Amino acid sequence: MSGLSRADTSLFGRWWWTVDRWSLAALGTLVVTGAILTLAASPAVAERIGLESFHFARRQFAYLVLAAALLVAVSLLEAREVRRLGVVVFAVALVLTVATLAAGHEIKGAQRWLSLGGVSLQPSEFLKPAFAVVAAWMFAEQHRGAGIPGNAVATALYLAVAGLLFLQPDIGMALVVTAVWLAQFFLAGLRLVWVGVAGALSLAGVVAAYFVFPHVANRIDRFLDPASGDSYQITVALQSFASGGWIGRGPGEGRVKTLLPDAHSDFVFAVAGEEFGLVACLAILALFAFVVLRGFARLLAEENLFVLLAGAGLLTQFGLQAVVNMASTLRLMPTKGMTLPFVSYGGSSVLALALGMGMVLALTRRRAGGGGRL
Amino acid sequence: MNAPVAAIRPAPEAVRIEGQAKEAIETGRTRLLVGFGLFALAFLAIAARLVEVSVLAPGAGRPLVAAVDPAPPIVTRGDIVDRNGLVLATSLPTASLYADPASVIDAGEAARALAQALPGLRQAELSAKLGQPGRFVWIKRHLTPREQYEVNRLGIPGLHFLRSEKRAYPQGRMAAHVLGAVDIDNIGIAGVERTFEETLGASERLSLSLDLRVQHVLAQELARAMARFQAAGAAGLIMDADTGEVVALVSLPDFSPERLAGADQDALFNRATLGVYEMGSTFKLFTAALVLDFGVATLRSGFDAREPIRVARFTIRDYKPKRRRLTLPEVLVYSSNIGAARMALEAGGARQRAFLGRLGLLDPATIELPEVGQPLSPSPWREINTMTVGFGHGVAVSPLQLAAAVAALVNGGLLPTPTLVKREDGRPAKAVRVIRKETSDTMRRLMRLVVTRGTGKAADVPGYLVGGKTGSAEKIEGRGYREGALLSSFVGAFPIHAPRYVVLAILDEPKGRPETHGYATGGWVAAPVVAATVARVAPMLGVRPVDERDPGIRAALDLDLSPPPAEGAARVADLSSPAEAPAGAKTGRAPIPGASPRIKSPGARLASF
Repeated sequence: MSGLSRADTSLFGRWWWTVDRWSLAALGTLVVTGAILTLAASPAVAERIGLESFHFARRQFAYLVLAAALLVAVSLLEAREVRRLGVVVFAVALVLTVATLAAGHEIKGAQRWLSLGGVSLQPSEFLKPAFAVVAAWMFAEQHRGAGIPGNAVATALYLAVAGLLFLQPDIGMALVVTAVWLAQFFLAGLRLVWVGVAGALSLAGVVAAYFVFPHVANRIDRFLDPASGDSYQITVALQSFASGGWIGRGPGEGRVKTLLPDAHSDFVFAVAGEEFGLVACLAILALFAFVVLRGFARLLAEENLFVLLAGAGLLTQFGLQAVVNMASTLRLMPTKGMTLPFVSYGGSSVLALALGMGMVLALTRRRAGGGGRL
Repeated sequence: MNAPVAAIRPAPEAVRIEGQAKEAIETGRTRLLVGFGLFALAFLAIAARLVEVSVLAPGAGRPLVAAVDPAPPIVTRGDIVDRNGLVLATSLPTASLYADPASVIDAGEAARALAQALPGLRQAELSAKLGQPGRFVWIKRHLTPREQYEVNRLGIPGLHFLRSEKRAYPQGRMAAHVLGAVDIDNIGIAGVERTFEETLGASERLSLSLDLRVQHVLAQELARAMARFQAAGAAGLIMDADTGEVVALVSLPDFSPERLAGADQDALFNRATLGVYEMGSTFKLFTAALVLDFGVATLRSGFDAREPIRVARFTIRDYKPKRRRLTLPEVLVYSSNIGAARMALEAGGARQRAFLGRLGLLDPATIELPEVGQPLSPSPWREINTMTVGFGHGVAVSPLQLAAAVAALVNGGLLPTPTLVKREDGRPAKAVRVIRKETSDTMRRLMRLVVTRGTGKAADVPGYLVGGKTGSAEKIEGRGYREGALLSSFVGAFPIHAPRYVVLAILDEPKGRPETHGYATGGWVAAPVVAATVARVAPMLGVRPVDERDPGIRAALDLDLSPPPAEGAARVADLSSPAEAPAGAKTGRAPIPGASPRIKSPGARLASF
C-alpha cells in the first residue's frame, strides 16, 4: 500500500493519502480483537445451549469480514455521499424498525429482530448511525440560513426514533440515540439554558424509566445495593478480572465464559480480563480511547459544520457504547445490555458499527481546501 | 479604496449568514473540547477501575472456582444408602486406559514411558501388549486422576481413555455382607448389589433398612466378644419385631467390598443368612410355644426330668440335672434337654414339624440376598428327631430364620417377612399369623423369666427389659459332635413387654476364660454382647427406658408360677447363675436317625444347653 504514489489520483490512491490511517489501523485491530475474543468466549456459550462449538465463531467471522469490507467501502465516500447514504439508510431502517413491531420476532422479551432470508437482522442498529448523520445535516441546515427549520426537524426525527425504540422496548439504544441527539444539539450551539433543561429532562427520563420499566428498576436497585437482588453476573465478571490479574490465565483457560450466558456478547470484556489480563484490557480500552479522542481531535480542525456534527455524533455513539459496556462490566454503572463495539458477538451490531465508523473515516478524510462547503 | 473593496465583497445578506456559520463552527469546535474531555475522563475512570479490580482487589490472582458448579459426574449405578440416607455404596467416575496397538508408533519406547508413569505395570508385559496385532487392549482400569494426568503428559499416540466408574464403599467393611460387591465391570456379584442389579444398574437409589449406627454398634460388640473369647467367627442381627426390617446384620470375619480379591473364603461366608446351624437351646422357645399354642400343655404342666432318656443308642441328658419333675417355665429357665424332649413328645412329631414349617424354619428364608442357606431337617421325622429337635438338634437353620421366628413369638404371633429394604410405610410387607396372641403373650413372660431368673441374666439391661433365651450347641465335626466346639448364642427381644426389636448374637467356637470360669456358653459369651448392644442402640432407636416396678409392666410380664398339681413346688427363685456347664454326658451316642447328611454320623452327641 505504501507503494502508492502521492500522485496517484485513482479512487483508491486518493483514499489512501487522505484517510486517517491511524484510526483505520486501530479499528482494524479492534476487529481482529473481536475475532480472537469470539474464539475464546463463544464455544463455551454455544456448547452450553446445545449448539455446535464454533456456531457463533463461524458466523461472527463472516460478519467481521463483511464489516471490514463495509468499513473500507464506506470510507471511500465523499462527505456529500456520506450524507446521502445516511438519509437512505435512515429511511430504510426506520421503515424496517416499524416493521419489527408488526412482524418481528421476540428474543429475550423484546421485539427487535426481523428475519430476512434466514438471517436475523436488527434494523434499529442501523438506525443509530443513520440518525446521527441525518440529525447532523438538519442541525447544520439550521445555520445555513436557507430557511430550513433544521433544529425542529432533527428534534421531530429524534422523538420518532426514540419513541420507536421505547416501544420495542430497547431502552439502551434509546439512551444512545438520545445522547447522540443531545450531543449534536449541544455542539450545534444549543443555548446553555436549554442544555441545563435537557440535562434535567434526561434525569427525569431515567427516573421515569425506573418507575415504568421493572427491569430497569431492578438493575438500578442492584447497582445501588448489590445485596438487594441477584447480582451474580456482575459478581462473577468482577471475579474474572481478579482471576486474570496482570497477564491473564491464558487463552482458553478462563471459566467465566462457562458461567455467564452472555459471555460472548455483553460480558466479552470479562472474558478478555480473565484470559488475557489487565494489560490486554488496557490495550483494548486504549484502542477505543484512541479512535474516539483522535476522531474528536481531527474534528477540531473541521471547517464544515455538518462534518463536525456528523463525525462527533457517530464518535459519541461508538464511544458511548464502549464506555457503557466496559463500565457496567466493571460495576461502575448499572448493567445495561450494550455490546462492546466490534468485539461483542452480534452481526447487526458489527455491520452497523462498520457503517458508522466507515462514515467517520470518510468524513475525517482530508479534503482539498478545507472544504467549508460540501 | 472603498468602492473596489465593496465590489468584491459578497452581498450583505450572504456575509451575515457566512458570519453566522463561522460562529456556529467556532462554537461547535469549542464545545467539541467538552466532549473530548468527558470521554477522556470516562476512559481514565475505566482504566483506573480495571487496575483496581484486576490487580488490587482482595481476590486478585485467585482462580474463578468458587462460583463454579461443575456438572455432576454422570454415573450409571445408583447409590445404596442406609435408612437415614447415609451413603453405604456409591459410584465414582474414573478413566480406564486402553491402547490401540495399531497406532502406537514405538511399542518399546511407549512401554518404557508407561511403566514409569504407572509403576504398577511391568514394562515387558506392556511392550508385548502394545506390540500385538489388533485395535484394542486394556492397559489399566480405573486410573486415579493423577495417573490419568501422567499418562496424558506422556503424549503417546494410540493410548486412549474410556470413561468408566468405580464402586466405592465409604464405610469400608461396615455391612459388607449385606452390600456384597461388584465385579470389575460394575456388575453386582454378591449381596444386595447382586439382588438389585437391575434397579441399581438403572441408576436407582436403594434405601436399605439398615441403620448404620446400629450396625456399627453390633459389629463392634460382636468383634470385641469374638476377640475376647478367641472365637472363629460371630454373627448377629437386629430386626424390627413388627415389620421384619433388618436394622443391623453382621457376620464376622468380614471383608472389604472394594478389595474382594484379598479376602479368604471364610470372610466371604455370610454366617447370618447363608450359614445354617443347629441352634441348640434357643429352639426350646419353639417347643414351649408349640405345646402352649396347641393346648397340649399349660404353664403348670410338669415334665419328668428325673432320668436321662435312653432311646435306641442315644442318651438325652441335662447338664445340670435337677432329677425331678419340672414345670414348663422351669424347663426353659433351667434349659432342660430332657424336659424339652418330653414336651416335644407331648405335641408329637407331626404337629412339631408343621409348627416349625409355619415359623419358616424348614424352608430357606426370604430375604433380598443371594446368600440364603437351605435349612436342614430330618427325613423321615422319627420320634427321636422329635425329641432332639425339641431342644434344638437335628434341625439346622440360619440365624436370620431364627430371629424372624422369634419375632413372631413375641410380637403377638405374626411372622414377618424379613427384609433389608426400608419399609416406607412402617408396616410389614407380609405377616402371617403363626401362633395365637395369648401364646405370644405367655412367651414374652417366659423369655423375661429366663433373663431375670435363668441362664440369660447377663443379657439384662436396666430399663430396657430384655427377654430371651440362651443357646449353646456343640458343633458337628466330621462324623460327630465335637466337644468344646460350641455355637453359643442368645436370642431375645426388647423391651420385652412391648417388643420393638429382636436381637440375636452368635459366637462360633468361643473359648472359655478365667473370668467365665472356663465356660463359653451362650449365657456367658453371647448374652453380654446383647446387653452391651441393647444398652447402646436402644437410645438411637428411640426406645425409652421404663421402670420395671411399674404396675402395668409387671402385669405384662409376671408369670403365675404356682406349683404343678403333681410334684413339688418349682423353686424358680433359687435358680443358679448361668453356669450351665457342658457336663459329662460322654457316653457314646449314635447319630440322629434321618437327620441331615451332615448330622448323620455315628458317635454323634446330643448336647444342648
